[in-house]
Amino acid sequence: MTHAGNNSGSYLDAPHGIASWLLTKDHKRIAILYLISITVFFMIGGLFAAGIRAELLTPAGDLFTADLYNKVFTLHGVVMIFFFLIPSIPATLGNFLVPIMCGAKDLAFPRINLLSWYLYLIGAMLTLGAVFMGGVDTGWTFYTPYSSMASNTNVTLAALGVFIAGFSSILTGFNFIVTVHRMRAPGLTWFRMPLFLWAMYATSLVMILGTPVVAITILLVGAERALGFAIFDPRVGGDPVLFQHLFWFYSHPAVYIMILPGMGVISELVAAVSRKQIFGYSVVAYSSLAIAIIGFLVWGHHMFVSSQSIYAGLVFSIITMIVAVPSAVKTFNWAATMYKGSITWESPTYWVIGFIGLFLVGGLTGLFLGAMGLDVHLHDTYFVVAHFHYIMVGGGVMGFLGGIHFWWPKMTGRTYPETAGKIAAILVFVGFNLTFFPQFVVGYLGMPRRYHAYPEEFQILNVMSTGGATVLGIGYLLIVTYLVASLFKPRNASANPWGATGLEWDIPSPPITLNFETEPIVTEDAYNYIGRAQKAREN
Amino acid sequence: MQSSFPLFPEAASSIASDVDLLYFFILAVSSFFAILVSAAVVYFAIKYRRRHPDEVGHDIHGSIVLELVWTVIPFVLAMVMFFWGADLYFRLARPPADSMEVFVVGKQWMWKVQHPEGVREINELHVPINRNVRITLGSEDVLHDYYIPAFRVKMDAVPGKLTTMWFKATKAGTYHIFCAEYCGTQHSGMIGQVIAMEEHDYEAWLAGGRTTGTAVENGERLFTQLACITCHKTDTSGRGPLLAGVFGSTVQLMDGRKVVADENYLRESIMNPQAKIVLGYQPIMPTFQGTVSEENLLQLIAYIKTLKAPAAAPAAGAPAAAGQPGRQ
Repeated sequence: MTHAGNNSGSYLDAPHGIASWLLTKDHKRIAILYLISITVFFMIGGLFAAGIRAELLTPAGDLFTADLYNKVFTLHGVVMIFFFLIPSIPATLGNFLVPIMCGAKDLAFPRINLLSWYLYLIGAMLTLGAVFMGGVDTGWTFYTPYSSMASNTNVTLAALGVFIAGFSSILTGFNFIVTVHRMRAPGLTWFRMPLFLWAMYATSLVMILGTPVVAITILLVGAERALGFAIFDPRVGGDPVLFQHLFWFYSHPAVYIMILPGMGVISELVAAVSRKQIFGYSVVAYSSLAIAIIGFLVWGHHMFVSSQSIYAGLVFSIITMIVAVPSAVKTFNWAATMYKGSITWESPTYWVIGFIGLFLVGGLTGLFLGAMGLDVHLHDTYFVVAHFHYIMVGGGVMGFLGGIHFWWPKMTGRTYPETAGKIAAILVFVGFNLTFFPQFVVGYLGMPRRYHAYPEEFQILNVMSTGGATVLGIGYLLIVTYLVASLFKPRNASANPWGATGLEWDIPSPPITLNFETEPIVTEDAYNYIGRAQKAREN
Repeated sequence: MQSSFPLFPEAASSIASDVDLLYFFILAVSSFFAILVSAAVVYFAIKYRRRHPDEVGHDIHGSIVLELVWTVIPFVLAMVMFFWGADLYFRLARPPADSMEVFVVGKQWMWKVQHPEGVREINELHVPINRNVRITLGSEDVLHDYYIPAFRVKMDAVPGKLTTMWFKATKAGTYHIFCAEYCGTQHSGMIGQVIAMEEHDYEAWLAGGRTTGTAVENGERLFTQLACITCHKTDTSGRGPLLAGVFGSTVQLMDGRKVVADENYLRESIMNPQAKIVLGYQPIMPTFQGTVSEENLLQLIAYIKTLKAPAAAPAAGAPAAAGQPGRQ
């Protein structure tokens, strides 16, 4: 094990200058490029969220016009989903860690990796262009025939941005799959892989199988708008409901693109903060694959009141209930991992506990929506909004932030103030619950989503949401502040500040450009804390 | 109506309390597991907190028995929720045969309602309590969704087809109608009220409403105005199929398929007549897309539904008109 205080050959020091970053083929630098870009988009999406919460403080639509409000919630969704959540963990932590965890020097296709960042950026810029040209108002779901026939906003441009960004996602997934198959170090068998790699592998499968479908769908909407193709237009025999099938065929699995990586991060963190082998390793690994595969067969649960056949609905409902099981199993295994562990109370633990708590609520509320007769009442209400925020923010973003806090010393060579890290985790947890828990209540009361104005009896719950969102926003800003501030301090992180296992902790912080001085040879299972302790005693 | 800070919606239809029961069941199961796991995680984190910097956890790798237990129990519970939810859904999806019918058309951004007796309203819906009401739902432009939270019912209005929903109001009162499918600028303004009334109040309201003829009368007038009658004659001599008794019957198509002539079939045959050609007829009917509004369409369908098959169904040419108007 190399101990490094201030190694000067790190990937951050290698060649300097803007060009050395913008033309880099180093997966770690590309991860940093992604991290900076998705943080910018998270803030833009957050600004739109703040606009939504400010408007909903009062029942009357008094802050924005109805058209502007519709654009604000559309852009919140488009930016957060396509330009933050989908790339979040895979493109940052995944890019950084997949080669290192495999014991490789880089991803299989470094140039394609850089290309994927540029595609992301081009897609993001086109969508931003749509914002500056007046916005788009279809909702992030782009439902036809509103998007194809009725809306006179910049649908085509925004959709083109999403289309292009989709290729970045496909290329990343493709790169990860090849890397995991072909570039694992000697001795790193499939069942010795860290669970984060399993999660990335499963996520990549969803990315390469699902994304082309949404790309085609978006193309068809564009063709209908620009060229008058009649795919979805009912006036000439098209079917608007067909769009929903195509859209959700990708967009439901896309939820797993957002949550599987978070699950992978939490599996790493739970083992590390407990210094213990993960409970039921192979079950947790297989459950990622099960979620990725079964997740492709549940899309129709978004369509129980869409006029889809009631028998089709029956099939989608039962598979939806089945896909809940592997997620439940994962959660039980995380909890069991902590049993008789040696649990630290450093900041990553706060994120782990926060993630489990929020993911439980998010996952369990999915059962309400999977039960068809109940979904009829809940569909398109704030109950759904609360549910998917618990999954995507409670699960996805908590996992992302937990991972960033855990691997920050490895990525940057710096530590952040522990106390600030804990306060931020608590602020985010409390603020999040205060924002979204009342939305379950207001949803069951019947408040539909995407409402610019609402009846007065819903106001108190909406005020609570807006108050919570303020706390949540402060939590996020605090994180950005102390993490950015840490970059201006000297490098002080040791190679393995958490005393964790894993190839990434055996190399200096930050790593050298080629990751390893010599190719590592793996001789043990992941999370072998017992073995490591024995070795330490023998020495 | 409601208090100024309600936490639970009123239950004002026959199905509402059944939906709520399922809600409370899933809520109980979910709360149990959420509390169990959260409590375990927090308890373990405190009980097994690290006491020495070099300490590691116990050598535990897993347990097949536990994995099975926590796979099978959630699976069984999920299946209970599935069957319960599916049963409710099928009840919601199938209007009872004795339902009275109301036509609702969504358009940006209002709900237009026609009662069979001819009374029309906008953004309001008057219904009697304790009677099954079936709503036939159309859309003039984009997707909308007719949602009555107090009744726990909701259905998309889909352009290009007709959808149905039903309810039986059980408590007189005024309840929200929301458009629940995003439809553009005034989506949140596309709201209204259901006014559920005692039977005699409803009859009085109906009698007081101004009408321009019943839906069937209007449909009959349109049938002549639009010259449907020149081809769809009352005997089999017309260039188009005989429509008497067609509703609910099984129609033999030219391409070999057989379809049941339900509302959506009639709708499609008017708006997009080339889609399904009846065996023995030429594809000569023009589309009425743009000529007939969704409301007129519902009137035409209401009229066609009243055309009963002649006593002895003619054997040649006409579609099999044997079936009596069925539930479909």
